[in-house]
Amino acid sequence: MAPYESDDATAAAQDEDLRSGRRKAARYVVPVAVVGVAAATIGLVPALADSGNPDLPKITAQQLIEKIAKSDVQQLSGTVKVSTDLGLPNLGGLESSLVSGAAQGGGDGSSADPKSKLTELVTGTHTLRVAADGPDRQKLSLLESGAEYSLVHDGKDVWGYDSKSNEVYHGTAADSGKEHRAEPPATPKDFADEALKSVDDTTSVTVDGTVQVAGRDAYKLLIKPKQSGTTVGAISIAVDAKTGQPLKFTLTPKSGGAAVLDAGFTQVSFAKPAASTFDFTPPKGAKVTEDKQESKAPGHAPKPGEDFAKGMDGATVLGKGWTSIATFDTGSKGGLPSGSKGGAFGGFLGSLGDQVSGKFGKGTVFSTRLVNALITDDGKVYAGAVTKDALVKAANEAK
Amino acid sequence: MSRAEALQTRAGRRPSPLWTFGLLRSELVTTLRRWRTLALLAVLAAVPVLVGIAVKLETRGGSTAGPGGGDGPAFIAQITNNGLFLVFTALAATLPFFLPMAVGVVAGDAIAGEAGSGTLRYLLVAPAGRTRLLLTKYTTVMAFCVLATLVVAVSALIVGALLFPLGELTTISGTRISFAEGLGRALLIALVVAASLVGVAALGLFVSTLTNSGIAAMATTVGLLITVQILDQIPQLHALQPYLFSHYWLSFADLVRDPVYWDDLVKNLGLQALYAAVFGSAAWARFTTKDISA
Repeated sequence: MAPYESDDATAAAQDEDLRSGRRKAARYVVPVAVVGVAAATIGLVPALADSGNPDLPKITAQQLIEKIAKSDVQQLSGTVKVSTDLGLPNLGGLESSLVSGAAQGGGDGSSADPKSKLTELVTGTHTLRVAADGPDRQKLSLLESGAEYSLVHDGKDVWGYDSKSNEVYHGTAADSGKEHRAEPPATPKDFADEALKSVDDTTSVTVDGTVQVAGRDAYKLLIKPKQSGTTVGAISIAVDAKTGQPLKFTLTPKSGGAAVLDAGFTQVSFAKPAASTFDFTPPKGAKVTEDKQESKAPGHAPKPGEDFAKGMDGATVLGKGWTSIATFDTGSKGGLPSGSKGGAFGGFLGSLGDQVSGKFGKGTVFSTRLVNALITDDGKVYAGAVTKDALVKAANEAK
Repeated sequence: MSRAEALQTRAGRRPSPLWTFGLLRSELVTTLRRWRTLALLAVLAAVPVLVGIAVKLETRGGSTAGPGGGDGPAFIAQITNNGLFLVFTALAATLPFFLPMAVGVVAGDAIAGEAGSGTLRYLLVAPAGRTRLLLTKYTTVMAFCVLATLVVAVSALIVGALLFPLGELTTISGTRISFAEGLGRALLIALVVAASLVGVAALGLFVSTLTNSGIAAMATTVGLLITVQILDQIPQLHALQPYLFSHYWLSFADLVRDPVYWDDLVKNLGLQALYAAVFGSAAWARFTTKDISA
């Protein structure tokens, strides 16, 4: 290296070089080993922590359903992870701004309004915190990066607080009876209730072993549609063995792949939450929006899955069970403004769907991984958790 | 540096634990006396002042901060409620770039700067041993992480107290905590932010052992920092992102929730420890086997 040394390089020096080279290499083993150990830990710890399925007494599907129905968990707190993958393009901020824009059109929009926040749950993965103490006091918080949206129901009051914009929404629960729920459907229990409503002769219900969720032993209830033509593959619900509280809800599409909807507790406690949890006073300087209409319970938002269709007004339902299809008339002849008629925007919408034709005429099918919708050129809409062919068939029969 | 070392060397050939402290002290003093370090700290202290004044001016008419939707750094809308939130906002604003850049400059310069100015070999003449010198350098860089974070936090606290009301604060979960507890959380957040920089510090130190040019090491470290930040924004790389050192940086905000949400905080600290271990040992392997020619 130094210019004066290179002239008399001896064999001894070369030997020295070789040894020091080996020593050098040996030292680099340390960082490599650290990386190896870390990779092994990351790979192995979850596998080791998954200590197999818990050993629970055998139970029939009927007993398990009764257990869920009887379950009367009044006090609970925990963290829920909700992942939704409808196969919609991830619109991110665009989607929520569209929705809040719509909300603003309808009245004095506040970003703390529960209705404008709910739609965020439709795509992506979200972490929620839930706490409940009896029917009168519930809290649901949506954890965002560096911010949080909280919805607190405390007796008569329903508060929504969006920490990102520092805005408060205040509504009153006119009748804080037992029926009233201030929470949007987000917990595994809400989804499970919806799924169990649909259990009839078109469905097979089985107990599919046991599983551990959030450190608790649970039974796995597997609900499978018997009918063909639906896009729903299976619904699996993990039910807490002790309390009967659904802990995890997974809806997989028939097409396979990742779950369309996966909501599960990552941590749960059945102890009474601290009273201060439900205590909310608007912070100084926050903009408070009062809800003028008397308690329009913010719980009735369109839910993903089979409830999707019910949210639409004036819809008639064709068929039954899993293959039921909601249909309604938009009244606008011509269906989608497509091509030259609707300008660039119409062409854009049309390109998102597939053109189909049948006895009913022509139409466009918009598909997601779960729900498909057919909009015919004469302005009728058919939608349901069914395959494209089933939609076309329904449209043909309706003619 | 070399003057202080020479004095230390005369005291005796046998390295004692006390001697290590002497080395650390002289390292700290030289690092903090540099104009460059002071300028970095001044820039960091100016950020909360700017944010505070901007929010104060914008909310003068009684309107809330931010254009409704609440863009900008986290917590910016809450500053008007409570000046303590300026601490959180300032840390959220400086953590993605200013803080790690300052740390990258100090860490990148640690070894390469000495080598570049020809003082490294004199340092090694002293009976410190390369491992000990490296540890001292790393400790100095980490001390700078804590100092830089505290400079931001204290400056923000002072500006917040002057411009905005203090008192009971509303957490982002909507619950209330006392001012004392809020102050405690602010301190905890400052420490977590400082700990978030440990990974960059180790990376910078490793880069610093690779070259004899201080500027090259600083530029590489800051360049890597920017690259990682960009990679963290690309959705297609989501499988890789949990292993990028900056991925969980903003998890310190979870300390302002009530109850605190620990998951991401723990992941962040674990990731920083991993980076410190990997690049710290890589820096050790490189530095202890390197030919020191300058």
